[in-house]
Amino acid sequence: MTSRKPNPFEYAPAPESRAVVDIAPSYGLFIDGEFTEAADGKVFKTVSPSTEEVLSEVARAGEADVERAVKAARKAFDKWSALPGAERGKYLFRIARIIQERSRELAVLETLDNGKPIKETRDADLPLVAAHFFYYAGWADKLDHAGYGPNPQPLGVAGQVIPWNFPLLMLAWKIAPALATGNTVVLKPAETTPLSALFFADICRQAGLPKGVVNILPGYGDAGAALTAHPDVNKVAFTGSTAVGKQIARALAGTDKKLTLELGGKGANIVFDDAPIDQAVEGIVGGIFFNQGQVCCAGSRLLVQESIQDELLDSLKRRLSTLRLGDPLDKNTDIGAINSAEQLARITALVDTGEAEGAERWSAPCELPSTGYWFAPTLFTGVTQAHTVARDEIFGPVLSVLTFRTPDEAVAKANNTPYGLSAGIWTEKGSRILAVANKLRAGVIWSNTFNKFDPTSPFGGYKESGFGREGGRHGLEAYLDV
Amino acid sequence: MFHRRQEESSTGAKGCERNVTPERKLCGAEDFTSRYARRYAPLVTMPPVPKSDKPAKAEKAAKVDKADKKVKSVKTESAATPAKSPFADVTASDATLRRFLHGLPGVDTVGLEARAAALGTRSIKTTAKAYAIDLAISMIDLTTLEGADTAGKVHALGAKAVHPDPTDRGTPTTAAVCVYPDMVATAKAAVAGSGVKVASVATAFPAGRAALGVKLADTKDAVAAGADEIDMVIDRGAFLSGDYMKVYEEIRAVKEAAGPARLKVIFETGELSTYDNIRRASWIGMIAGADFIKTSTGKVGVNATPANTLLMLEAVRDFRAQTGVQIGVKPAGGIRSTKDAIKFLVLVNETAGPDWLDNHWFRFGASSLLNDLLMQRQKLATGRYSGPDYVTVD
Amino acid sequence: MSDATRLSVFKTYKLYVGGKFPRSESGRVYEVNDAKGNWLANAPLSSRKDARDAVVAARKAFGGWAGATAYLRGQILYRVAEMLEGRRDQFVREVQDAEGLSKAKAGAVVDAAIDRWVWYAGWTDKIAQIVGGGNPVAGPYFNLSSPEPTGVVTIVAPQESSFLGLVSVLAPVIATGNTAVVIASEDRPLPALSLAEVLATSDVPGGVVNILSGRTAEIATPLAAHQDVNAIDLAGADEQLAKELEVAAADNLKRVLRPQAVDWVADPGTSRLTPFLETKTVWHPTGSLGSGGSSY
Repeated sequence: MTSRKPNPFEYAPAPESRAVVDIAPSYGLFIDGEFTEAADGKVFKTVSPSTEEVLSEVARAGEADVERAVKAARKAFDKWSALPGAERGKYLFRIARIIQERSRELAVLETLDNGKPIKETRDADLPLVAAHFFYYAGWADKLDHAGYGPNPQPLGVAGQVIPWNFPLLMLAWKIAPALATGNTVVLKPAETTPLSALFFADICRQAGLPKGVVNILPGYGDAGAALTAHPDVNKVAFTGSTAVGKQIARALAGTDKKLTLELGGKGANIVFDDAPIDQAVEGIVGGIFFNQGQVCCAGSRLLVQESIQDELLDSLKRRLSTLRLGDPLDKNTDIGAINSAEQLARITALVDTGEAEGAERWSAPCELPSTGYWFAPTLFTGVTQAHTVARDEIFGPVLSVLTFRTPDEAVAKANNTPYGLSAGIWTEKGSRILAVANKLRAGVIWSNTFNKFDPTSPFGGYKESGFGREGGRHGLEAYLDV
Repeated sequence: MFHRRQEESSTGAKGCERNVTPERKLCGAEDFTSRYARRYAPLVTMPPVPKSDKPAKAEKAAKVDKADKKVKSVKTESAATPAKSPFADVTASDATLRRFLHGLPGVDTVGLEARAAALGTRSIKTTAKAYAIDLAISMIDLTTLEGADTAGKVHALGAKAVHPDPTDRGTPTTAAVCVYPDMVATAKAAVAGSGVKVASVATAFPAGRAALGVKLADTKDAVAAGADEIDMVIDRGAFLSGDYMKVYEEIRAVKEAAGPARLKVIFETGELSTYDNIRRASWIGMIAGADFIKTSTGKVGVNATPANTLLMLEAVRDFRAQTGVQIGVKPAGGIRSTKDAIKFLVLVNETAGPDWLDNHWFRFGASSLLNDLLMQRQKLATGRYSGPDYVTVD
Repeated sequence: MSDATRLSVFKTYKLYVGGKFPRSESGRVYEVNDAKGNWLANAPLSSRKDARDAVVAARKAFGGWAGATAYLRGQILYRVAEMLEGRRDQFVREVQDAEGLSKAKAGAVVDAAIDRWVWYAGWTDKIAQIVGGGNPVAGPYFNLSSPEPTGVVTIVAPQESSFLGLVSVLAPVIATGNTAVVIASEDRPLPALSLAEVLATSDVPGGVVNILSGRTAEIATPLAAHQDVNAIDLAGADEQLAKELEVAAADNLKRVLRPQAVDWVADPGTSRLTPFLETKTVWHPTGSLGSGGSSY
């Protein structure tokens, strides 16, 4: 990196106040409406990825705690499912409103625990969380009209395991439809991001939600495995890696448990020569650098038409050079911290592999903070389908650039992956958008946009990206006996 | 300026360097070929419709261009046309100009507005805010364009431009005052010796509905009266009816008539309506020799917006990347608060880049904005909120 | 010539793969008996390689079949019903033999099976309207969800209901644009193998349906593990086999429809149409007509 001319318009630090959130030194498991220690007394620390500061010490759920939580959820199920839908809906409306009221606090909390920029938690995560509860609240008394026949029934106890990339949003995607349809839940947040789920437990308390309807078990993979394997769980919903998804699918074989999986991806973002270039550049940047690329539907493979490759890459590099990496609490930060040392190591290893395999690496010129887990926005050019960085999900701010000559070739390359979660298409030609969208084997297709989410819009994958849909009317099916 | 930045942005970037060969870095307009021109080469080098002897030569040149190196052709072209332009092949005929403009990448409305809105969420505080406020003040074209304008009004405006805040002589002057042509002399006297420029609207502002001769006379009049800058309006009727060449030729003619004065070309983006049109108009203006491209007159419903200004900033950024020629941008109309002004400066900083953070390259066409900036400036200085009674009404 | 003097012509039952009627690659057959244990015919004993060939054929046919208009698929499915109607007697006889039913009961079963093709023929161009639709997202975007076929589906056909059960699981799979590799009822494969002859003459493109006879577990195991199979319907698998197949299917996250008690005569609703559909959601910006939309 060379020294750049100092910009006279250097944005002064604009940190969001940390004081809006009060993190306790320790948290318990949330079972049957009470915070409680783990049966074996185990705890783990959760740190802020941007500073490595310990934020809190959290009880670590084990098998005995899973047992307790499932029992509590089972006990609560009869009454909860027997409530008139309108009443269940009102609880969810209350939750949605309290989330809106406390959104500043929750955004700061999420940024602290996850490392993502406050800009994203404030403008994306939290509004979507509230919207999701609001949306499913309205379904609770309209299930007869959802297209699943008259009087569709809940499944029972839902065991839900969520990842660390959108901790509270993934919780909302899981809990809102489950409760609206009359199920009770036991949810395990990820071990690196347990706090927002525990704050959500407090929101349930404020909303007066009956005890046992929502149970939160912070913990590790062992707790997740125990939860999904528990014989008294009727429904398993998992968002996370494809490898773990397969383990769960095997574990559930031969049971009656309904399963939905939302797993990995290697989304192709296809840019044709007649694309709206400036917006495409923004879409590419948003597609792979949103949440540091730690997004299952990230547009991690850029497929650019060969005739505009140079022009697009120049624009892209120029744009990447303006990304602001640093303190996630600063309102002007575009790129925050990687969620954990482990994830950083994985990204680093895959990027090293990319270089070793001969792909050309370019990283945006930016200084990385000395503490915390950071990775500079990175591009690989000269990538082919054979490169590891074009096949494996990196789950980090790393974009692999491939080229194509014709729409057929673009589609063939885009589909040439075991995944099938997302894809992007950039062209000003309407018929091409529809033709390409039609041929892509992916559950979510963004044309002339990327990484847009909405509670009304079903989300989920083809092939090894999982099955079942979250969001919209489709999202109800996962929690109904239909 | 341009060359240095090219070097900077390519450091450590192998992919980048490929496109920044030493020749390209050093070249000016002489041996330049536009990226878009290259992309649409088969189109723009088609034989133009011969109007006179001149285009026939251009045709010849185009053929040479294809056969030999582009350098040669541009030289031939330079000899054929009085003002040499790297876009000679583009402006060779109605058809080539149309093809070029319609070959520019499209603009997605939602994406453009989303980007503008996202940049609007930047949080500019403390030192950055102080810098931005002073910069914004220094970029204002303090404007009065009323039928009721009098010498007294223009005098007062000039005084305000020179000393925006009488209580703090450290306040920067505005960039210019902007008046009708008949007020130029008055304005000139009012700002004499201050360094504040006098800009004059011309070309039958704001509608632009007059014969070319009238427009040129209007322009020459203003320049003769001492205008440092001319704010012309394009013929939106010609643009919307597809007569891009007329728009182009008129800008060229006004540029010539303006002589030493810097020319700002107003598109009236609210009337062009679509972003694709705004991008096309920007390129016509830049190719025709505008020193500034400007959003609007302030006289229609929709004037400067973050999105249309962002789009024009992209245009000047791309133009410089291709020609080495830097062109200014002036949003005008509707920017009233410090908060808005700072949003525009963020757009400049993160789109065209810091090289445009100077009143030689960016202006605000505004009047009421100044007082809000002054009140905010006082607030930063004193720590308490100011009020309208503490800034001057002019 | 009286019946007593004429020697009837036996039928050689063959597999149906890629629109052709090959013998098993294994070169082996197994005895198929009627409900009373009398020999009916020899059926091909499919091998792993036959299963593999069937997947190749099904994959090859997928693009064209999934890409065909829903109207055309409906026409073809209806054509199957027409062809079956014409060969009703043959199927009544085969069902009678296979399932030990009276002629009247077998007739009712065949009629129900024909009617089932008609039911699904009508669904091809309606299911998208039932399960898809526009989503009112909170932003300037057009957002549409549509169902698409999952891909190549392995069907372990019901063991008991050799014809109506078979049609009930096969027709919905292909109605929505999937292609199928069917493992016929192990002990009662003949109606399935005869159905192939109907499909071959009903404009169903070769490879859309592939029918294998043999030992269910032997054929199903490699198919459940096959990485180019997208889904598996376990209708005819027993509890133990179903579990094993589901475990194997997890390797590439096949969509699995677990075995369940089904009354094949009852109205099937849409319950077998939806398990092998993927929902694709496409977003596109809409936004304002002009730049005036963005004043602040």
